[in-house]
Amino acid sequence: MTELELDKQAALAAIADAATLDALEEQRLAALGKKGWVSLALKTLGGMSPDERTAAAPAIQSARAAIADAIEAKKAALEAAELEAQLARETLDLTLPAAAAPKGSVHPVSQVMDELAEIFADLGFAVATGPEIEDDWHNFTALNMDETHPARAMHDTFYFPDRTPEGREILLRTHTSPVQIRSMLDQGAPIRLIAPGRVYRSDSDATHTPMFHQVEGLVVDKDIHLGHLKWTLETFFKAFFEREDIVLRLRPSYFPFTEPSVEVDVGYSTEGGRRVVGGHGDAPGHAWMELGGSGMVNRRVLEFAGIDPDVYQGFAFGLGIDRIAMLKYGMNDLRAFFDGDPRWLAHYGFSPFDQPTLSAGVGAKA
Amino acid sequence: MKFSLTWLKDHLETTATVAEICDALNAVGLEVEGVEDPAERLAGFRVAHVLTAARHPDADKLQVLTVDTGEGDPLQVVCGAPNARAGMKGVLGLPGATVPANGMVLRKSAIRGVGSNGMMCSVRELELGEDHDGIIELPDDAPVGTSFADYHGASPVIEVAVTPNRPDCMGVYGIARDLASKGLGTLKPIATPSFSASGACPVEIRTDDPEGCPAFYGRVIKGVTNGASPDWLQQRLKSAGQRPISLLVDLTNYLMLGYGRPAHVYDLAKLSGAMAARRAIDGEQCQALNEKTYTLDASMTVIADESQVHDIAGIMGGEHSGVSETTTDVLLEIAYFDPARIGATGRKLGLASDARTRFERGVDPEFLDAGLDLLTGLIVELAGGSASDVVRAGSPPSNAKVIAFDPALTTRLGGVEVAEAEQKRILESLGFAISGDWQVTCPPRRHDIEGPADLVEEVVRIHGLDKVASVALPRAEGVARPTATPQQKLERGLRRAAAATGLNEAITWSFLPEWAAEHFSSDQPLWVLANPISEDMKAMRPSLLPGLLMAAKRNADRGASGSRLFEIGRRYFRAGNGLSEEKPTLGIVLAGEKAERGWQAGKAKVLDAYDAKALALQLLEAAGAPIQNLMVMGEAGAQFHPGQSATLRLGPKTVLARFGMVHPATLKAFDVDGPIAAVELFLDAIPARKNAAFARPTFAPPALQAVTRDFAFLVPVTLAAGDLVRSVQGADKAVITGVRVFDVFAGAGVPEGHKSLAIEVTLQPGEASFKDADLKALAEKIIAAAAKLGAALRG
Repeated sequence: MTELELDKQAALAAIADAATLDALEEQRLAALGKKGWVSLALKTLGGMSPDERTAAAPAIQSARAAIADAIEAKKAALEAAELEAQLARETLDLTLPAAAAPKGSVHPVSQVMDELAEIFADLGFAVATGPEIEDDWHNFTALNMDETHPARAMHDTFYFPDRTPEGREILLRTHTSPVQIRSMLDQGAPIRLIAPGRVYRSDSDATHTPMFHQVEGLVVDKDIHLGHLKWTLETFFKAFFEREDIVLRLRPSYFPFTEPSVEVDVGYSTEGGRRVVGGHGDAPGHAWMELGGSGMVNRRVLEFAGIDPDVYQGFAFGLGIDRIAMLKYGMNDLRAFFDGDPRWLAHYGFSPFDQPTLSAGVGAKA
Repeated sequence: MKFSLTWLKDHLETTATVAEICDALNAVGLEVEGVEDPAERLAGFRVAHVLTAARHPDADKLQVLTVDTGEGDPLQVVCGAPNARAGMKGVLGLPGATVPANGMVLRKSAIRGVGSNGMMCSVRELELGEDHDGIIELPDDAPVGTSFADYHGASPVIEVAVTPNRPDCMGVYGIARDLASKGLGTLKPIATPSFSASGACPVEIRTDDPEGCPAFYGRVIKGVTNGASPDWLQQRLKSAGQRPISLLVDLTNYLMLGYGRPAHVYDLAKLSGAMAARRAIDGEQCQALNEKTYTLDASMTVIADESQVHDIAGIMGGEHSGVSETTTDVLLEIAYFDPARIGATGRKLGLASDARTRFERGVDPEFLDAGLDLLTGLIVELAGGSASDVVRAGSPPSNAKVIAFDPALTTRLGGVEVAEAEQKRILESLGFAISGDWQVTCPPRRHDIEGPADLVEEVVRIHGLDKVASVALPRAEGVARPTATPQQKLERGLRRAAAATGLNEAITWSFLPEWAAEHFSSDQPLWVLANPISEDMKAMRPSLLPGLLMAAKRNADRGASGSRLFEIGRRYFRAGNGLSEEKPTLGIVLAGEKAERGWQAGKAKVLDAYDAKALALQLLEAAGAPIQNLMVMGEAGAQFHPGQSATLRLGPKTVLARFGMVHPATLKAFDVDGPIAAVELFLDAIPARKNAAFARPTFAPPALQAVTRDFAFLVPVTLAAGDLVRSVQGADKAVITGVRVFDVFAGAGVPEGHKSLAIEVTLQPGEASFKDADLKALAEKIIAAAAKLGAALRG
């Protein structure tokens, strides 16, 4: 073996032994540095005759290449090891908590109002609003309840001591029906609208609060009849509860502002102590539950609202929003709706991204 | 209304079951609220014969009975009743039966060492009356072993809700009529016991108030014997929830509950002179049968003799002339009162009664003579006496309404096809008369029938609403059009934006305690309820913050670490015309820590006014307000910390929002711990976006890179940072695209009365990159603009 070969072997062994990048650099300098033995050996080629050079060069070049490759490989290995060690030092305890952004929520009543708007928009209903501080003409008289009407007294009305310039009594609306009157006076017929909002009655117990939410529906057109009312409510409840087995029972009833008047019951069963809407109310294990009042708009109401009752007719209905929200989403205490307890709001509220859409289904599952 | 099946069957010939009857009641609009079957309550109680009775060996007051129950060997029963004795018949509760009065389940037991196999029952234990002096004694002919429910004639009791438009169904007879029409059976004619009347009525009767009392009929019966009512009458009244009082009183109640016809019986001995229906005199008093004294006024109709008021007409009789056990001669009154007058009087006096309920809804004006004869016949039959002729003052309204009806309207309005013959049958069965050309004459008892739509209702409710098929509403072609108004879209978007920032949406009461509303009120008078349900719900809110502060307090009192609440709702003000002006508003209250202590951040972060500002701006931006153009100004209101609150305005007058820290005095008034930050956005002030279109203005990101330069200025400590920023922005509007304050410092190295504001200015080159000279010129412009505000570049 030549001396060169011996030196090469020794250098490769030393490179392999190098434990650090510094030690490796030492080896590089010793072999390939300016004064390194490989560099010096290469320099000797300059003083040789072409024949000598041809004979000596390949060995030196090959030694240089072998050592350079070895250094490169060793360097990569050492760097990888060092990175690994560094990463090991940087290890975090990821069971420690990360900062959490507070989670907000949308109130169930708002959510259900958005659901109502979405479903009824598909049926061509606009959303109408009106004042909550009303006068007795819009709240009662125009709805066919004159001053002496016994139904007025049944409404548990909140009154203000004030009067309108025409001398009408001022009160908190007891239902959303005055919005019917205002909308018909504004827009005439045909008309399709829902009017959700706050209403007030002087009543307070486990299932009644002095403020609650109602939604009014109104359709006035030329050939609207009770069958359309039934279809509309059925269609709405099927969409709202997202089930096809909704069965409604219409019962004759009485409201001054409709004729005929109809109470709407829905069949339900009780599962795990909770009412679950669906099925026929007379089926085993089922019963009927009252959901709201409705009927064909009384022609006197149409007259009050400036619509010709010989040309137009229509239906109206009213539903309790809090109540249908409770039925759908399982709340059992109405008073908690208005308490502002963040625990309740977080539990029963909705993510802001649960925007009701028809394509995704208007409801939001827990 | 409650009535027993037996009572219903007095008037309706039917083989229908209780369930069928209930279904039919619901179907015709008489909502069944409950059915109670006493046979179920009395299950396990039997007619029993006491064979022997002997003293209990260990107890003086107890006896040991042997009782025959009609089957098997006689049972041994221990009994404490003093009237228990051999040979009597009574009611035995067998082991397993539940005592109705107390829910106790009877068991075989030993009483003082003697076995007892049941219980002999008192009237009260079976809830048949109040008597508890001893056990029930049945007549000797009571069949031993029969179930007591059968023996007692217990009949299921049905309770229905009668809607206010149907006073004709506020009597069992009217209900029977509806059921007969529905096909449940045959309506029987009213059975009036025959009697002979002779002699003129000895009492003069007048109506001096023909408006309030158009008709007043009367008759005297002399020589009656008042006492307890017969069982059949007591049972019927009890089924209706009425306590039997005395025969004469019970019979008037029977007329009212059975036929919807209130009447009154006066003790003739207590009357003096003519009886007249007249207006009360202001201040006149009447002690009513409920033992309360009412002060009347001239708007009210009364029945009075020459000395005093005996009846608050149509509502309640007077105590003075009420009948008693000793009454022998009576005056019967049957009258027709103006429904509106009765309602007004009742409301004014706060006096409710079964009679008022019927009169104010309207009784049958055709049932005066027949009703009076029915009452007379029953009194004469059961209480004896001789009746005078009827005396009549005035006459009830008699104009029967005639409605031109088109039977096709039933389909047009009711959505169901009903054959004309069937429509005719239904209406006639309810008492309507129909001519060949469909002129429909209404029975006067049906005050609710006003026009053709009411006839449709009659036809449809009897025919069956279940036969109305669903028919789809006509639908516009294509995809449903959007319906939401800009205001609705604004509120919906804002609600979800607010929730996305981590706030919980609350809904709080629209009304507040007056002090809380007052605390937040402006210069306008509040809307204050005349009849609040409580002092805590009295004044309409002029701000959303008090309700949210009260919620935050409740939460803190419950131990919550904080509340991050928002609400979108109305504030209630007064419009110029005296009506309400309700302004849509978003309110936010942040209570507690901004961020809790943590392993990374260390101490908890405290809320400050900048948290409120950030929310205000973020939500205004979400609402589409031009937030670059907003001015930060003062006057957030006295409820805010004067140095840590502001308004955001579009122009000097249009306030879009207020925000800041709540004033310590407000915290104190609401008894809640601070610091609390609050925001209110005035949604009605946010300008609608004009000319909004789907297509955005054309835009391409600038090709050249922006350059930033930092400047530190020494400024007077009073200079608002915003002013410096705005001034610097104005130095070259085309090029300066951003100015951001990144340091505020006062203290060492900064002269007294000054602070250092460091800003980062972003410069956007247009066509060509900046040259050094350009940047130098821009820097000079910026420094010059700042200098106008007294700012000097820090060396």
